[in-house]
Amino acid sequence: MALDTLNLLAILGMAVVTYATRVAGLALAGRFDLSPRAQAAFDAIPPAVLIAVIAPSALATGWPETAAAAVTALAATRLPFLAVVAVGVIAVVGLRAVV
Amino acid sequence: MSSALDDARTGFSDIWPAMLAAAPFALLFGALAAGKGLSPLEVFLMSALVFAGGAQFAAVELWATPAPVAALIFSTLLINARHVLMGTSLVPKLDGFAPWQKWLGLAYMADENWALAEKRARTQPLTPGYWFGMIVPFVGCWLMMTTLGAVVGPALGDPRRFGADFAFTAIFIALTAAFWKGRVTAWTVAASGIASALTYRLAGPPWHVLAGALCGLAAAWLSAGSDAVVATEEAA
Repeated sequence: MALDTLNLLAILGMAVVTYATRVAGLALAGRFDLSPRAQAAFDAIPPAVLIAVIAPSALATGWPETAAAAVTALAATRLPFLAVVAVGVIAVVGLRAVV
Repeated sequence: MSSALDDARTGFSDIWPAMLAAAPFALLFGALAAGKGLSPLEVFLMSALVFAGGAQFAAVELWATPAPVAALIFSTLLINARHVLMGTSLVPKLDGFAPWQKWLGLAYMADENWALAEKRARTQPLTPGYWFGMIVPFVGCWLMMTTLGAVVGPALGDPRRFGADFAFTAIFIALTAAFWKGRVTAWTVAASGIASALTYRLAGPPWHVLAGALCGLAAAWLSAGSDAVVATEEAA
């Protein structure tokens, strides 16, 4: 059961910042009034970060990955979560085989 | 008349479909984490201490040896920033909780159990029995399945053979669809994707995460400006 010091440090740091976001409501409840614009920016944080993390593998790896990402996005408009992931993975395997 | 045990049973019967839906996702997370060199113990600790699906997937995608500690913590903070708003809305409904129940219970506030608790609070007071009846099995299942994934993952061989290296991309596209709120999200996604890919080419990792996230937020701010009221209604 390996436990790398740097990995442990990263996990503890992630745990601390996540716990802070979860209990922040105890201090902020009742005195937090965002403008609609700030609310929109706040709501946009998860998609902005998720897309920033995967953009290089979707857009800067090769055309099979980019095409598979487009197929996945299309599937995401109509299929449930795990089906979308399955479609994406099958698409990339198929497209790589064609190259 | 409802005892704590009855409330816990109701909590369990509300959460179990989400629990089952998260199980394959948890197995996949463990397997991908093992592929990045994390041990089953490290996967167990991350699931127990962080317990945030999207942030955990993002962290493992960014993971390398040695671990880029600052980038991992920063991306986790950004992805989980929405918890601040969720908590702000939930805390006034926790009047029946002792202080320790609030501090412990909020440690495991996730999208699914938050949404169910908000729904329940519309018709009756939230009780600790209900909350812990949801989170104890939900967290237990997440811990068991992610760790199991990390144990069996390496036996599956080269993940690229099954396209598993692309699973992150597919997962994140699917998660983005779950957060979709119309036109503002479209601008966010376009700005974030282009800025991130360009920065990755020009400056390299981990700067692409920061550049993409900031450009995405700026796009959301700008595109929500002209009809911010409409955007808020979509969000509600």
